[in-house]
Formats: sequence, C-alpha cells, structure tokens
Amino acid sequence: MKLSVVDTERCIGCQSCMFACSRLMGKAGLSRTCIRVRSAGGMERGFVVIVCRACEDPPCAKVCPSGALKAKKGKGVRVDLTKCIGCGNCQDACTIGAIFWDDEADKPMICIHCGYCIKYCPHGVLELAKLEAGHAKR
Amino acid sequence: MLKDDTLANVLYVDLSKKQFWVEKRPNLFDKYIGGVGVGIQLLHEECPNGCDALGAQNPIILAVGPLNGLFPVASKTITLFKSPHSGNLGESHAGGRSAIAIRLAGYGAIVIRGASEIPLYLTIDNNQVHFRDASALWGMRSVITAGRVIRGKETAAGFRTIMRIGRAGEKLIPYAGVATETYRHFGRLGLGAVFGSKKLKALVISGKGSLPVSDPKSYQKIYDEIYQAAVNTSAMKKYHDLGTPENVLPLNKIGALPTRNLKDAQFEGASQISGETFAEHYLGRRLACAHCPVACIHLAALREPYGDEDFFYKTSMIAYDYEPLYAMGPMLGISDARGLLKLLEKVDEVALDAMSTGVILAWATEAQEQGLISEKETSGINLSWGDYTSYLKAIPLIVEQPNDFYQALARGVVHAASIYGGMDFALAFGKNEMPGYHTGPAAHIGAFIATRHHHCDNAGYSVDQKVLVKEKLTPRELAETLLKEERWRQILTSLAICFFARDIYKPDLVSRALQIAGFDIAPEDLHRLGEEIHSEKYRFKFREGFSLDDYHLPKRIFETPSAVGVLDEKYVRQTIEQVKQILAGRK
Repeated sequence: MKLSVVDTERCIGCQSCMFACSRLMGKAGLSRTCIRVRSAGGMERGFVVIVCRACEDPPCAKVCPSGALKAKKGKGVRVDLTKCIGCGNCQDACTIGAIFWDDEADKPMICIHCGYCIKYCPHGVLELAKLEAGHAKR
Repeated sequence: MLKDDTLANVLYVDLSKKQFWVEKRPNLFDKYIGGVGVGIQLLHEECPNGCDALGAQNPIILAVGPLNGLFPVASKTITLFKSPHSGNLGESHAGGRSAIAIRLAGYGAIVIRGASEIPLYLTIDNNQVHFRDASALWGMRSVITAGRVIRGKETAAGFRTIMRIGRAGEKLIPYAGVATETYRHFGRLGLGAVFGSKKLKALVISGKGSLPVSDPKSYQKIYDEIYQAAVNTSAMKKYHDLGTPENVLPLNKIGALPTRNLKDAQFEGASQISGETFAEHYLGRRLACAHCPVACIHLAALREPYGDEDFFYKTSMIAYDYEPLYAMGPMLGISDARGLLKLLEKVDEVALDAMSTGVILAWATEAQEQGLISEKETSGINLSWGDYTSYLKAIPLIVEQPNDFYQALARGVVHAASIYGGMDFALAFGKNEMPGYHTGPAAHIGAFIATRHHHCDNAGYSVDQKVLVKEKLTPRELAETLLKEERWRQILTSLAICFFARDIYKPDLVSRALQIAGFDIAPEDLHRLGEEIHSEKYRFKFREGFSLDDYHLPKRIFETPSAVGVLDEKYVRQTIEQVKQILAGRK
C-alpha cells in the first residue's frame, strides 16, 4: 500500500496531515513532517499537497553516495540514518520536492507510507492505495 | 510552562533603530498563559500613558499561547495596541496561518516598537529579523497584489504568514485593518493604521519548529478528543456548513437584523443575501486556518464580464462572513448578492474594516436623506439605500479623502456626526461602529461594556436570544452574566483558541490541555485568572479615559424595536451602572 493524493481540490489547507505526521514522529509542531501543504499561488487557487509518491525507480535512491537510501517496492524508500552522510543529493534529485529535511539531525525525512495522516484529513484528500502494476499512481 | 518551551521567548523589534533581540519571559507566561493575558501586560509595559496612537511610541504586540501548534482550532493570534479609532484599548484577533507561524518560529510574543522613516516589511525566520524595503509596495492599489509580490519573493511557502496593510492603513484611516493570508483580517480598531504610522507594510513570519509536551500519551488522547469534536460532532457544524452567514435568516426572522442604519430590524431582501443563497449560487471554495479542520472560510466565486470586449471575463474569489455581509448588505439596504460581493471585494482590496465602513456609509446615507449633507459634500454621489454602485464609488473616496466630508468619514461615524449632526443615529459604542445584532438590550450593553466594544467579547446577542427572550433579568443579573462570559473569554484568547470552538474548549478540557503544555491550572483557577486579565484590560481602558459614568449611547437603538421589544433606556443605563459597581468590587 502507498499513500496517494486523491484530489487536491478537496483540500482546505488545514494542514492537519502535517501535524499528524510530525506527531507520529514524536514531535508536536511541524519539525518532523514528511508531507507539506501549501497554497497553489494564493489560497483562492487551492492547495498543493507534496508527499513522496513511491516512484517505481526513485531518483533519490539512485544519487545516494553512501547507499543509505533503499527503494522498497511500492512503499517508497527507506533511509538508513547510520549510513546517511547528510549530503542532500536525494533532496536535489527529487523532482517533486518530497524529501524534507530534519534540521536538527541534518538528515532527510521521507514519507514511509504508513497512512497515519489519512486519519486526520477531514475531506478525504489522501488515501492508501494499492500500487498499480507497472507504475506509481499519482 | 515546560522548561524548554520557546513560548517564553519575546521578540522585540525596533523599527526606528532597525534592531531586534529576544528576551526570555517565562514568569510572564507562567502567570498569564499567553495571548491576551500576556499581551495586555506587554502593552502596559510598552505603551506610555496618553500616547499618540499613530505616533512611534505606540507599540504593536502580537501574542500567541501554549495551545497554538499543539491542539486543533487553537489558531488565533492576538494583537494589542492603542487604537487610533477609539483612542483606547486596541485589540484584534485573526487566524490564517499567523498563530502557527509565530509559535513554531519559536516565539510567544512579538513586540514592535518605534517607526521607520521609509516603507519596510519585516521577514522573521530562523531566529532572524530582516528589514526589507517596501517602497515599491507602498501605494499599491490592492492588498492582494502586495501579498502576491511578497509571496513570490520570500521562502517557506506553507509554513508562513503574510500580514499586510492596504491603502487604508497607509492613509492612516483609524479603522484600517491588516489582512493575513488574503482572507483573514485583524479587522477592528485600526491595527492597519498603526502599521501605516510605522511605515510597516507587511510582516512575514515563518516557522516549523517543534514543541515539547509533558506526556505524549495523554497528548494524543486529548488531541483526538478535540479533533473528533471539531469534525464529527455538532459543536462546529454551523461554521463548516454555511459558515457565519447562516445567521442572516434567523436574525431576520426574529427582527434583529440591523437594516438601513437600524431604521428597521428586518430586511425584506434577507433571503437574497442569506448564507443559503451564497452557498447555492456563489460558494466556490472553503478554506481553513492552519491546524483547524473546520474550514469556516467561505469564498464566493464571482464571474463578471469586463463589458468592453466580448467573451472576456474575470472570476474573483471573495470571502463572505456574517459581519461584513450585515454591514455592507442590510445596513445599506443592499439585497443584490453580486453587488454586495463587489462591495466586500472593494473594502478588502484596500483593507478597511468592513463593519465600520458599512455603518459609516449607512449614517452618511441617512444624513444625505435628511439633508444634513448634500451632493456637494459627497462629490456628486447620491448615496441611496440598495444602490451598491453609489457605495462602490464612495469607498475609494473614503480612502483618498478628496474633501472635508470624506476626511470626516475617514475618521469614523462619531467624528463625522460631531461635525455634520446626526449623532442620534451614529451607531457606535466607544467610537467603534456597531456589530450586526439588534437582538435586545444585552447585545448593545455588551458592545458598550466590552473591552473591545465588539460583539465577540461577551456575546450579549446570545443572552438576548437564549435568555431575555424568555425571562427578565435584573440589571445586576445581566451585568453579571455579561461579565462572566467576557472574563472566561479572556482565557480562550490567552490560549489562543478560536471562539468558534468555545463549545469544545470548556474549562475542564482547557485545564487538561494546558497540562500537556506544562501549566497546572485547575478549572476554578482559570476563572479567577480570566477575571484578573479582564481587570488588567479595564485598567488600561480607565487609564486612557474610558468612562462608565459619562458616555453616549445612540438614540436609534431605543427607537427601533428589537427581537425582545423596544429597549428601555433606563434598564440599559442601570445595567451599565451595575457593571461599574462590579468592576469596582462593590456588591
């Protein structure tokens, strides 16, 4: 199963998902969130929801010089923090900007597709979806 | 509070010296929680007795509280200043992303001192304050454009607030507001003019820090309790369905909807501008403040042809809430929903307070009707009930002030009436133009005794509808009821939660939620603290000359029957006397 953004037009911009993600990582606030909601150029235009989409062949893992990032089929990537040197290559390589940064540890933070944030989305913007054969869902 | 909570940090910014520094004030927050409780203490510290509200000595205080960033619907920032409109206590609240951004930037309060000689905007991020030149933004016609420019220039989208003033604030109109995230406003009492007097065009604050909690397990439990109550119970249903405009029809039905400068309290056009009508024909999108799943912000999509070319349209997104609707709608006799939306857009564009603007224009219309003023004063405009085009022309003139008359309107309804007459129908309390409730005596007494002269302070309108409609209260009982509510609300605004969640945040829950933030305050002690904070605000008000002995009430409120009948002036004055006695500690 992977986290999927069903329809950004349903998003009201409350950011409850962001708080949920950070909370699950043990921090109240937003420092540890792996999902981001921002306006699509003014709130009247709605919102952009940025989160790892579990690419089939993730560019972030390909550019990791220390082998810290491993692709997990249909579940995104996993970071081995003991190997990670905090170079930031993965963040640069992610086309959609879904690799977030833990400023305290100076290491990347990436969605693990656990689906916890879905519980706190009041309008069904997010869902856990089975990976479609051949390619990642949007 | 918890030892490592950044809430204790107060950021000081001096616009005259272009300096900033942080002071740790844990004792202040331990004693007064945050928000208005802390804010009023900072105002006492910073604001000299009798200072010019538009002078460099008047500070701007922004304060948040321990629950912001921790729990849902704790979404408000409290601002305190001396009001250039009332000449007394200025206090205005707004949501958007402001409270979360300030709290997660690592501050409990921000104090802005001094004044700049050139237009500036401030960017507050990563423990830094950057002073940016705002000369190119100054004088821009629309506050929306100014916001768009800053949005593109600054970083941290999604984690920031952009508070900014429009032309009204730049022109020092004492009821100019500050817009935040385009659709929320620090609307009342003229914070926009105080920004303008400091040449402060905007404040950009971004933050995504973390907050400590005392007990992670209980934290999650209480979090879910609040989240579920906000999303799955009736506690906030009204706000996410139709939004605050749900009030239009019920208030009209009971005869409490101020119409045509309160010459009437029922409006024949109410159904055309009701929450239901806007939802059915115009509702284009709903938005939420950060960390609030309710999404009470309702935007209307207004599609209009340009008219000069075929097949050429623009679609504007315009926020509509009950109070602006009342003031620019029934108060001006306007039942044309499209016209009403255009008026709301016009006041938002320059960031004027819609409530004050509507009430001032209503007075002007009646003054013109009675011949106190003529088209000579209005620059050829025939202000007339229901004609939105006349008001669309008048609003920019209030901002630009081409003659004595518009200069007078730009200073408020009491000032205008003191020059041109018509004080009996100049609808203001403590110089702040009236809110949209002619429900009965409690609404008007409430607005007068409220520390902000605002209906949200003590909800007198609710006492009228829930109590006075069924039974009589003695002046003492009514005074006690209003003060009790206002004192409790000082706690809500110290946390700082949205009043729309007041049915969720009851004393017991507040006490438990505060424990998560390391505050050990029993429910009964919360009431005591609320009373103390309220007294501290009244201490400021009395210091600056507010009086419960010598005051003016507009005669009009006693002429037009309210939802509970014609108001008895003697009863109203006796109740105010009782408020005075209670505040003085007398039985």
